[in-house]
Amino acid sequence: MISNKAKKQIDIWVAKYPEGRQSSAVMEALKIVQAENDNSLTTEAIQAVADYLDMPGIAAAEVATFYENYNHKPVGKHTIRFCHNISCMLNGADDLIVYLEKKLGVKTGEVTKDSLINVKKVECLGACVGAPMFQIGDQYYENLTTDKIDEIVDGLRKKSK
Amino acid sequence: MNEVCFKTLDQKKSWSLKTYEANGGYSVWRKILKGELTPDQIIDELKTSGLRGRGGAGFPTGLKWSFMPRNADVQKYVVCNSDEGEPGTCKDRDILRYNPHSVIEGMAIGSFVMNATKGYNYIRGEFMEPFYRFEGALKEAYDAGLLGENLDGSSVSFDLYAHLGAGAYICGEETALLESLEGKKGQPRFKPPFPANIGLFGMPTTINNTESFASVPEILAQGGQWFADIGVENSGGCKLFSVTGHVNEPANFEVPMGIPFKDLLEMAGGIREGRTLKAVIPGGSSTPVLTADAAMAMTMDYDGIEKAGSMLGAGSVIIMDDTTCMVEALTRLAHFYYDESCGQCTPCREGTGWLYRVLKRIMDGNGKADDIDLLLGVQDKIIGNTICALGDAAAMPVESFLRNFRQEFEYYIEHGKSMVKG
Ligand SMILES: Cc1cc2nc3c(=O)[nH]c(=O)nc-3n(C[C@H](O)[C@H](O)[C@H](O)COP(=O)(O)O)c2cc1C
Ligand code: SF4
Ligand code: FES
Repeated sequence: MISNKAKKQIDIWVAKYPEGRQSSAVMEALKIVQAENDNSLTTEAIQAVADYLDMPGIAAAEVATFYENYNHKPVGKHTIRFCHNISCMLNGADDLIVYLEKKLGVKTGEVTKDSLINVKKVECLGACVGAPMFQIGDQYYENLTTDKIDEIVDGLRKKSK
Repeated sequence: MNEVCFKTLDQKKSWSLKTYEANGGYSVWRKILKGELTPDQIIDELKTSGLRGRGGAGFPTGLKWSFMPRNADVQKYVVCNSDEGEPGTCKDRDILRYNPHSVIEGMAIGSFVMNATKGYNYIRGEFMEPFYRFEGALKEAYDAGLLGENLDGSSVSFDLYAHLGAGAYICGEETALLESLEGKKGQPRFKPPFPANIGLFGMPTTINNTESFASVPEILAQGGQWFADIGVENSGGCKLFSVTGHVNEPANFEVPMGIPFKDLLEMAGGIREGRTLKAVIPGGSSTPVLTADAAMAMTMDYDGIEKAGSMLGAGSVIIMDDTTCMVEALTRLAHFYYDESCGQCTPCREGTGWLYRVLKRIMDGNGKADDIDLLLGVQDKIIGNTICALGDAAAMPVESFLRNFRQEFEYYIEHGKSMVKG
């Protein structure tokens, strides 16, 4: 269930916490395992993380459902996390979200037919001086315009071919 | 401008150890390792400096550090709060990206003062670029012998680790943050006991905001009085203000406390062509909204903003011009708190849901004549009745939006559409 590579990555996190406090690494462990499993977490995957960290399955499941960064149903290869909070809203985020939805032919929460992209409205990502903005993977894209969105989405499509 | 946390900002590779040290970085830490500074001296300087917590509550940092039972014979911790998530706030991200060593040195100094040999920086999960910067800086500091055990042959040890969140605003609340660091749901704890007595893993812990820690090294290098003199009474030093929304050049500015709001607005390029200032949220989404007139007369310091009717909070200045529909703005904020309530206390869980649903109903054209009273009633029941301050933070904007812009809400209810946008 958890690859050796993932175990090594998890171990790096476990080493940061005191002896016996390995469950502090659960949040990262879940992310690592999620990334290996098409970006979503099954009950079995959560249990495997719990077993690996020697903690009750229910405790890992609570974490996996409390935090926003975990998915429990299939998502696209890339999730576009579009901020719709106040500073982004004041700078036209709502119109851009509609533009993006039209471009992709999906609503927020849905996945494109080719399973490449899904869009999620999220709260402030702490980059309000660059509003409007969204996040894909580790990266932030700021000062978005329709042109920029075209460029980014087209780039993702090209890369997947 | 840019004298403390942003001191290296305009230099090449501002985040590198080399740049930091070329600007006097780690000089205070090295003095400590040589035994030339005592914890009491440091606390005195911090008290003189007037530094107050930059995470929102404004508690004096020197005083907070003096509360730690430094002689207790147990493991103690220092924790940095880089969970930055309050709408409008985006300063800690830039400190981590452009000057991570200031945070490391600030935390190291704190660890020495409080005799805590281990520290964690809790960075919000989305901040991957800042996380990698911080990790890079940690490695540089370890390689240079600035972190680790028995540093430079002294009895001083400090190990520091970065921890990542996973998407929950509530983890910015310090006790929720500790729960999260322990690998649990981020639900705030009852206080007391305070973290200084029972904190991370049940041990004495002090939590400060990123900007608070990042300010400490420069304060000690230049002296508490130097810092105090930059600012005004009750608000020592300079502060980062994130100016966002309807301005020409949104940005973070590190400026002296007490600067007139209108000067700060000008620094951000002013209001856009042909538009006028309508409203300002001066300290982040949790602080009361002000009218243009109140804002234009205000100075940017704790007392100045309080006099104007709001709070300095995290220094997140959200500018709204005359094209803003205040009903829409408040609805967006209400949605945020509803979404982010951890659900532990009934007034907050139910109240934030009520507030959002009533506002949504108004925006859908189904508002009722008594909805304004209903909103006021609900927010009043939340305030003061919850475990953590998220409840108050959700309630306070409601009261101030309704007080200052009531006619827009009445119009929306009566006509089923926005007074501003039609
Ligand atoms: C709902 C809520 C969210 C908070 N979010 C943050 C945050 O993102 N960053 C932060 O430093 N403090 C935040 N705080 C304040 C912290 O609880 C705490 O007061 C602060 O980190 C202490 O550091 P300081 O004294 O240096 O300001 C939040 C408080 C509440 C109630
Ligand atoms: S006030 Fe809200 S966020 Fe805070 S503990 Fe209670 S339910 Fe959770
Ligand atoms: S409001 Fe969008 S990043 Fe802060």
